[in-house]
Amino acid sequence: MSKKILRIDMTHRKATYEEVPKKWAHWAGRALTSAITFDEVEPTCHPLGPNNKLAIAPGWVTGTPASPSSGRTSFGGKSPLTGGIKESNAGGLSGQKIAGLGLAAIILEGQPEDGKWTTLVLTKDGVEFKDASDLVGKGMYEVDELLWETYPDTAVIGIGQAGEMKLSNAGISVNDTENRPGRYAGRGGMGAVMGARGVKAIVIDDTGGPGVEIADKELFDLGRRKLTESIQEHDLTKKGGGLPSYGTAILVNIINEAGGLPTRNFSAGQFEGAAKISGEAIAEVVEKRRTNGGYEGMVGHKCSPGCIIGCSNVYPDEEGKHIVSCLEYETAWALGANCGIDDLDSVARMTRECNDVGVDTIESGNAIAVAMDGGLLKFGDGEGALKLFDEIRRGTPLGRILGQGVEATAKAFGVHRVPTVKGQSMPAYEPRAIKGIGVTYATTPMGADHTAGYTIAPEIAGVGGKVDPLSDEGKADLSLTFQAATAFIDSTGYCLFIAFPILDIAKGWAGMAETVAGVTGMSITGDDVVPLGKGILKMERLFNEGAGFTPEADRMPEFMRYEKLPPHDVVWTIKDEELDKVYGWVHNGS
Amino acid sequence: MHVEVRLFATLRRCAPALGVGESLKLTVDPGTTIADLRDQLGLPPEEVRVVMRNNLQADLNDQIGDGDRIAFVPAIAGG
Repeated sequence: MSKKILRIDMTHRKATYEEVPKKWAHWAGRALTSAITFDEVEPTCHPLGPNNKLAIAPGWVTGTPASPSSGRTSFGGKSPLTGGIKESNAGGLSGQKIAGLGLAAIILEGQPEDGKWTTLVLTKDGVEFKDASDLVGKGMYEVDELLWETYPDTAVIGIGQAGEMKLSNAGISVNDTENRPGRYAGRGGMGAVMGARGVKAIVIDDTGGPGVEIADKELFDLGRRKLTESIQEHDLTKKGGGLPSYGTAILVNIINEAGGLPTRNFSAGQFEGAAKISGEAIAEVVEKRRTNGGYEGMVGHKCSPGCIIGCSNVYPDEEGKHIVSCLEYETAWALGANCGIDDLDSVARMTRECNDVGVDTIESGNAIAVAMDGGLLKFGDGEGALKLFDEIRRGTPLGRILGQGVEATAKAFGVHRVPTVKGQSMPAYEPRAIKGIGVTYATTPMGADHTAGYTIAPEIAGVGGKVDPLSDEGKADLSLTFQAATAFIDSTGYCLFIAFPILDIAKGWAGMAETVAGVTGMSITGDDVVPLGKGILKMERLFNEGAGFTPEADRMPEFMRYEKLPPHDVVWTIKDEELDKVYGWVHNGS
Repeated sequence: MHVEVRLFATLRRCAPALGVGESLKLTVDPGTTIADLRDQLGLPPEEVRVVMRNNLQADLNDQIGDGDRIAFVPAIAGG
């Protein structure tokens, strides 16, 4: 049975199953959500209006048996935060269950004229449109819990109050294996796009579904073995390795040591309290708070079934009950160092609030830091910062400003130090101290996004080579290669963290491509990864051009060109012509 | 010569008494390289992925200067 596209028209509350058109037949994950957006969404439409769509797609291998760490779901459409194309992906339960129903993608379109909210229930028998009045106004912890009372063990995709208010920083939650809302397609305001379709939640039950067909089982198994072995052999991802032991916050101390940890709204590259919010500190808290029986804290947590890395954690309170899962690098930084806050419990409680209200932790931390820069609170005021999330929950004027993200907050508070590109704020790597990641921030079609082209691997971690983070040389080419490879990996359904072992271990890179070839029947090898990735980037770039983006959108914030960043006392020095070369090939064909 | 040493993540098991955020304050002979220091500390060479000296990328063969801040980094990456 071939895969289907499930199109859900929210204007008429009608669902149709369509054959996958030939033009999309080879795409999945990010490639498919971007292709749908490129083909079906008018680039100049209002992101919250009736002509935008929300495309949801699992990756090529998602839902196949025993393919490691492959539970990602891509969410795409036009972003209310950037005004350009967006793909944001998450772990959790949804990808495997959507794939299990035999779906290549779900397209949510239209808007209900009666203004009522709906919960969509997807099963092998079709789509039910349920009145969601009982869930409206509720945060995602309660939504997940209530929906599992009726639909146990299902995947739940949902939006918190921020998505209902259509705030530009609203994310989309996916429940994890313990039915907690912690796996977020957070970036770019896709929760507002879902809210604008009048959908509060999507429940997915794949019981009895057709599952995923595998075209060449032998090739798939060969690739799967190579990939699995490379993940299990690499020091970062193997059992007892860096990621399962410390989580992604393993990076806090190292990026701080390199002088690239943005601190107090990007005014310094080192934070004196970094160690207190590090992965090492998280692991220590998890160990120290261990109780006899009923203990919920843990490291090495897996966010989706079949993950063999386990970089997630469950951060416990003093009584051993979970505050939040997961506390990761970007979150510890955004709500910690960037706000001058060095108290892990405060950071954990704010992260829980983000997951409940339904906002991205990176944009939220940056918005609070900008507001602190503008005098709303003092840097370091964890208690005051925590209260701000209730402002968002209640939709007060202050909460709505913060929930619109960094640029709106900066205007409201008269701040010129605005760390954004294309309207989206920067994550936890200072581009003045780590130049390659700055090229990615400036040029990716997604707005400032580290995952779009993670040059940190060779610039800081010595993974996939070693280059000087402070040097400008070769960074345009480096970023493009990483952006293209990432666009491919984001389409596979694999977690991006497989990139680290497969950049170092050649059989893993080949194995990844072989699994995709095995599932789809396409002729793909490791050599095809970057060219195919460039094809995805081209669609995204052209969409943005249609939306009115010019080369001037690929620039770093002005203050980074004249404010020296300690400890290296560096400014942004990569020339505009270099940035323009990154996507020069889109029109000149080279 | 005095040197301040930081060990991160999985390498911290080689100095179990070291608290999170603490550094080792050591005295080394002139001419000591970062590789020598790594060996004196008993860090498994295959686990040291990156070394930093005074917040900059460094080479294992670099000689240590008085007052240097050295960091040993295992395989790290993430999000």
